[in-house]
Amino acid sequence: MTGYLADVAALARKDLLVELRSRDTVPAMLLFVVGALVVFHFALPDDSSGLAAAGMLWIALLFTALLALVRSFVAEREGAVIDGLILAPCDRSAIWLGKTLSVVAFLIFAEAVALPAFALFYEPVSWELVAGVALADIGIASVGTLLGAMAAAARARELLLPLLFLPLAIPLVVGGVGATLAEDPARYLGFLALYDLIFAILSWASFEYVVTE
Amino acid sequence: MSTGDRYLAAAYLVLFGAVLLYVALIALKLSRIERELAELARLTRERSGG
Amino acid sequence: MSTSLRNNGAVALALLAAVLLTLGLGLALLWAPEDADQGSSQRIFYIHVPVALTAYACFGWAAWKAFRLLWKGDERADLESYTAVHMGVIFGVLTLITGSIWAKISWGVWWTWSERQLVLFLILFLFYSAYFMLRYSTEPGPRRARTSAVYALFGAVLLPVSFLAIRLADQLLHPSPIFTRDGPQMSASMFFSFCVCLAGMLALAAALYTIELTGKRADANLRELRERLA
Repeated sequence: MTGYLADVAALARKDLLVELRSRDTVPAMLLFVVGALVVFHFALPDDSSGLAAAGMLWIALLFTALLALVRSFVAEREGAVIDGLILAPCDRSAIWLGKTLSVVAFLIFAEAVALPAFALFYEPVSWELVAGVALADIGIASVGTLLGAMAAAARARELLLPLLFLPLAIPLVVGGVGATLAEDPARYLGFLALYDLIFAILSWASFEYVVTE
Repeated sequence: MSTGDRYLAAAYLVLFGAVLLYVALIALKLSRIERELAELARLTRERSGG
Repeated sequence: MSTSLRNNGAVALALLAAVLLTLGLGLALLWAPEDADQGSSQRIFYIHVPVALTAYACFGWAAWKAFRLLWKGDERADLESYTAVHMGVIFGVLTLITGSIWAKISWGVWWTWSERQLVLFLILFLFYSAYFMLRYSTEPGPRRARTSAVYALFGAVLLPVSFLAIRLADQLLHPSPIFTRDGPQMSASMFFSFCVCLAGMLALAAALYTIELTGKRADANLRELRERLA
């Protein structure tokens, strides 16, 4: 067990270190999410309700997450690193867990900027929103990492990943917007937790089938 | 025929049309398979010396 | 299963489907009593609901075959799962069309977001369309088979999760439902007609599935032959 967790930690650290040195993904995510929030101002009429603004925030977060997910496997492909990872004597699912953790980290960095920006431009950010975002991050990273591995074997990967991802992201948007706006956010947060549990386990278990030749 | 009945008929016709369309597509596929099979039979005959 | 046995199965299923569907739709149109509230236009329920349930059955079968591929390594299950998804999408599109027609009959609009079944099928349609994109852009082989299988399994799990999400979204966004439809209070004769239609629709799906599968296997064999001879 400790060997497994050590593998996961090593893999996550690798992704984070690569990002620290190259500084490709996170700055792009920050710029994109703030840019998207600005564009939304011009897309929404002046008397829009808080509902519209919250909805737009979730759309921005989803597409920012897609940036991170697409990049997550690009680096691997370019260096053929993933073949090396597969040959390594670690459980394949550890690769999934390591990658998922690093994607969650990138998302948290991006949201640390996005949420204050949202609070500045539109509406104050409630604790329920932050909780919803945190739970959704887990779901996005879990499913996105698995789908990224699927798309990595295909042509037109950057096109395929959003297509695969969006239908699965719909329940996350429902949970997230609901947590922000509903009278009883607990129900929506509970739903997000359920989604995370189901899909994280499913992704963890099926990763090895998707990645082996 | 009331409007409701018209739409009802439309629904049944959609189902019928879909099945017929499917039959047509399968027929196309079948003829393509037949052609390929004939071609491959010819190739085999040539291989084994006519 | 040898080819001739499977083809005989296809013929038998097609005949069964023909009998059941003709009988069922005849019963639905001519014998079943008219609905007190909605009148004769309610009869579309005899196509729409069986088509929807058949689509669910196809996706479930696809997930089962996907599971067999991953668990037992049964390579043939790849084509079976793929064909089942194909059938599911066809019946899913028919569900969307008949559902849209029913919405037009009941409420005068071609689409409404408060009709949960329709929204669910829209999500499933998006999901399984991406399945085809995934297949077409991956090289044929065991990896594509396994990846498709995992995706088909995700679809089966997404079904109940999406339904729950749609219910939650409805409560949030449409707190006072404008469009409601009570399930038809079914008398025994209505229920019987419905069951015959459902059985017929399932038989139709099974027949089309078998024929489609035969075609796909023939394609695969032909490709292999061509490679050997070229």
